[in-house]
Amino acid sequence: MKTLLRLRMLPAAVGMSIAALGLAGAAGTVQAADPIKLGHVAALSGASAQSGEAITRGLQIAIDEINESGGLLDGRMIELIQRDDESKPPKGLIAARELIFNEDVAAFFGGIDSPVSLAIAPLANQEKTPFIGVWAAATGITRNGADPNYVFRVSAIDTLVDVKLLDYADKKFGASKVGLMLINNPWGESNEKGLTAADEENDAVEIVGIEKFEGADVDMTPQLTRLKEAGAEAIILVVNAPPGAQMMKSRERMGWDVPVVSHWGISGGRFPELAGPTAGDAHFVQTYSFFGDQGEVGTSVLEKLKAKYPEIKGPEDVFSPVGTANAYDAMHLLAMAIEQAGSTDGDAIRQALEDLQGSYPGLIKTYESPFSADNHDALGPNDYVMVHYEGDKVVPTE
Amino acid sequence: MLFLSALITGLGLGSMYGLLALGFYVTYVVSKTVNFAQGSTMMLGAVLCFTFWVTFGWPAPLAIAIALIGCALWGVAVERIAVRPFVRRRSEAWLMATVALGIVLDNIVLFTFGRDPRGMPPTPLVTDSFLIAGVRVQPQQVLIPLVGVGLAIVFSVFSRRTRHGLAMLAVVQNEGAARLMGINVGVAVSAAFAMSGFFAGVAGILIAPLFTISSTMGTLFGIKAFAVAILGGITNPWGVMCAGLLYGVAEALITATFGSTYTQITAFSLVIVALALRPEGLFGRASVKKV
Repeated sequence: MKTLLRLRMLPAAVGMSIAALGLAGAAGTVQAADPIKLGHVAALSGASAQSGEAITRGLQIAIDEINESGGLLDGRMIELIQRDDESKPPKGLIAARELIFNEDVAAFFGGIDSPVSLAIAPLANQEKTPFIGVWAAATGITRNGADPNYVFRVSAIDTLVDVKLLDYADKKFGASKVGLMLINNPWGESNEKGLTAADEENDAVEIVGIEKFEGADVDMTPQLTRLKEAGAEAIILVVNAPPGAQMMKSRERMGWDVPVVSHWGISGGRFPELAGPTAGDAHFVQTYSFFGDQGEVGTSVLEKLKAKYPEIKGPEDVFSPVGTANAYDAMHLLAMAIEQAGSTDGDAIRQALEDLQGSYPGLIKTYESPFSADNHDALGPNDYVMVHYEGDKVVPTE
Repeated sequence: MLFLSALITGLGLGSMYGLLALGFYVTYVVSKTVNFAQGSTMMLGAVLCFTFWVTFGWPAPLAIAIALIGCALWGVAVERIAVRPFVRRRSEAWLMATVALGIVLDNIVLFTFGRDPRGMPPTPLVTDSFLIAGVRVQPQQVLIPLVGVGLAIVFSVFSRRTRHGLAMLAVVQNEGAARLMGINVGVAVSAAFAMSGFFAGVAGILIAPLFTISSTMGTLFGIKAFAVAILGGITNPWGVMCAGLLYGVAEALITATFGSTYTQITAFSLVIVALALRPEGLFGRASVKKV
């Protein structure tokens, strides 16, 4: 009897929910003072949790600045809604769906993991919601073949980093023969392609050996010995910090003082401690360094970071600086686009991003039309800086 | 040169596997049980040593000693918690229980020690080096096989020449008779598990300077060591140690020749082939079950 009653009430209940949803939707478009919801899907827990926190800080500092100066679209405040992807593509995809369908975000940002961003990109394009990468560097994230393309990036991109790495090996160390040491996963593969392609364009440098290794390898002297015998004058390294440190230890064990030019994977997690005394021999790419001469924006961002996060006393406490710097600039560029579009409609924001008017004096550089219909990456090889560790500090080398 | 450097690496890693496998051996011969989570005990050794030495700032010898005592006590605890209750009820569930306890330990370390892998501070054992036939070698790389093989020798002398060792061997041969002769079987089993924990701890502390310390560092080592123990014929201490060295060298040579992508698949395939050809292990004797 009870079941029957419930069943009879079902259509009424459904009807009422639909009406309620409709009302909510209508209310959302009417009230101008409603916040503008922006999403963020990143690793907020797990081994890469620090990267997620770094991005959050960059976004939050920028959002505070925007909200304090009166918000966007006549006084609407920005509200950041975060979801944890635990570095897993399926979780990231679920989180992205939730942000788009339940939270109705105007646009959303990504995290450190390329596989997660690669999984989210098709969804962003399908649902016409702008997705802005601020860390993950895989080439296919922005160059995904979609037209129109809703995926943008304010970060490094593998193919261009690879060009930079070979060029740096040549210019800085005078190496004409380089050996590749790549982690055996999709990221390593992406860079193998990128480096091989960059090699074809670069007449000064030749790749004389490509070696792979696993994340749990203790000893990499066999791979390094092969590269040494092939005549490598510099090592190009693509891997995260712990296995990268194993590579440096193996190199030290061999007593081989070959220069190491690395992608930025080694910058997350205690690389100097793990690699030991030779950590500083690895020069790696970054988009920004809070050390050295800071411009006006750099000084101001650093001050705001210190004020908001008391554990930050100076630049050495800004962990994973690229995450913070990229996210800060990306947030401001998105804010400009929303203002220019005059709405939070996904397609309007995309068009505004592709045709941003005026310049934005950001942290990494002054952006003049950072994106176009063909180019969705705001940063290029000229914006990358090479750095290395001096103790625990990340110091520019050029 | 490639061959020689692979050989040195292989002997180092191989004696790690041998030490862990010796831990399987010592409990197996005394009680027909093992702590399947030897890898976790090895990790515990490295983590404790790092914590006492680096975090607490104790002198290194003290840190190493206390870490090893900790591992031995953990071995005893594993037997009390995860083995004895099941054996008493003639259940084989200790298999799963020791694995479970290992996972519990891994996670406790994850929460207390943290998710970030850590590195041992450099010592002259890894910063100095010398040349052997054109190959640069660090003292630590020589120390590992020396300690490994040395411990195997000490252990073998202990078990054949001392009263306690003989008591343990008596338990191996006939538990009931040993009990009648006044040997405390419970203590002998506890001692075996303590020794097993000790061996794993030594392995962890030795490998730590060459590797990164994290809650998951022991997992793969533990699995390889069990393969080595079976390969060596688990009832023969020298066989177990030799199998460890053999496995380590084979692994290094495979990496040197084909690259590390093929190491795991080739090495474990070789283990399967070896066991198919000699089910009792390379150095084991076929056991006869008397009915």
